[in-house]
Amino acid sequence: MNLFQEAIAWLADPAHWTGPSGIPVRTLQHLGLTAFALVVAAVLALPAGVLIGHTRRGAGVVGGLSGAARALPTLGLLTLFGLALGIGVAAPLVALIVLAIPSLLAGAYAGVQAVDPAIPAAAKAIGFAPTQVILRVELPLSLPVMVGGIRAATLQVVSTATLAAYTADAGLGRYLFAGLKTRDYPQMLAGALLVVVLTLVLELVLAACQRAAARRFAHPGAARASRPKPRIDSD
Amino acid sequence: MSWPVANWERVVSLAADHLVLSVPAILISIVLAVPIGRLAARRPRIGSPLLSLASLAYAIPALPLLIILPALLGTPLRSWQTMVAALSIYGVALLVRSAADAFGAVDAELRDAAVATGFAPRGLFWRVDLPLAVPVLVSGVRVVTVSTISLVTIGALVGVSSLGTLLTDGFQRGIAAEVWTGVLSTLLLALLLDALVLGIGRLLTPWNRRARS
Repeated sequence: MNLFQEAIAWLADPAHWTGPSGIPVRTLQHLGLTAFALVVAAVLALPAGVLIGHTRRGAGVVGGLSGAARALPTLGLLTLFGLALGIGVAAPLVALIVLAIPSLLAGAYAGVQAVDPAIPAAAKAIGFAPTQVILRVELPLSLPVMVGGIRAATLQVVSTATLAAYTADAGLGRYLFAGLKTRDYPQMLAGALLVVVLTLVLELVLAACQRAAARRFAHPGAARASRPKPRIDSD
Repeated sequence: MSWPVANWERVVSLAADHLVLSVPAILISIVLAVPIGRLAARRPRIGSPLLSLASLAYAIPALPLLIILPALLGTPLRSWQTMVAALSIYGVALLVRSAADAFGAVDAELRDAAVATGFAPRGLFWRVDLPLAVPVLVSGVRVVTVSTISLVTIGALVGVSSLGTLLTDGFQRGIAAEVWTGVLSTLLLALLLDALVLGIGRLLTPWNRRARS
């Protein structure tokens, strides 16, 4: 346990909490990389997934893509983009975006696809336009599953953002690689603990979001029953 | 495409290293996850916290885990033991849920019938529960196999030799063909092992094959 004491001592050192390579800056870089990659991937993948789920066409592509993504070594993706784009944050960002897409796509597709087809059909019958069916019926009902996909993608991206430090001077992974190079085990261990804590906090927050989405949207009947009055009255 | 041709001996020996790390981890995952999964399926009160713990364990990033494990286990950082332990943690975390699903899906009436015809608890597990759980278990093992093969490459970052070495070495020396060889040979190995698991699954469930033909 002596190693952990040294790592805690490293973490407690105020010198490691200031400046451009301090823990707050590194953490923000890490979260920034994660957020940027997720937003870009979500803009690309979520609409595509919803559309595939809505038309129920192209499901094979989604399945194949998520299977292939599982087999693809993330380090391979990172080093290939690193060689193509050079040292810097561009390579890890592109790699992270590519990594996030399959989970997001699968989540959005599975969510919409799992909606009982009678519900969008009923919405269409009472005069909803196709975009309204998607935005006001299928999207809310698919939210719990979709949030699950977002959760999986976020975890993968925040984990892999650690490897970004292999090709760029960014993120909490920097402590791991700097420690590896100089054989500074306390620094490495401290960095590892920081990444793990950050990831587990995100995991718990997102799991709570998923439960909240499931409570709000998955059982519309139950939710309506628990509310004091149906909205139809006021209209 | 001259790099893989000129260096095929190195690729083969790294692929062997890759298997020496991944196959034991996959086997350990199966041996540990099957009983835990069955416990989770039979006793949900113990099972559901176990399953949450598994999903939390799966969320731990790989490289930090490789660095934390030596401090916990006292194994050397750059070692087979650390690598196999890390891979087994992910394998168990991933497989426990499908094992719980597999045993949960066994028809309760079939189990009652087996008890009624005189199966002892141990016989019930080996001759009723386990065979009936095999198809779902196999699909879980396939996922674990593929993700383990791909995860082994992370070990190259701390200096554990595998096909991942081609990735770090190719990157540092700026040889794109070497990195491509690393990526493609890892994918190929994952595909081969996946096919092997699928084949073993077919052999273990001859009744399925007969029903289909």
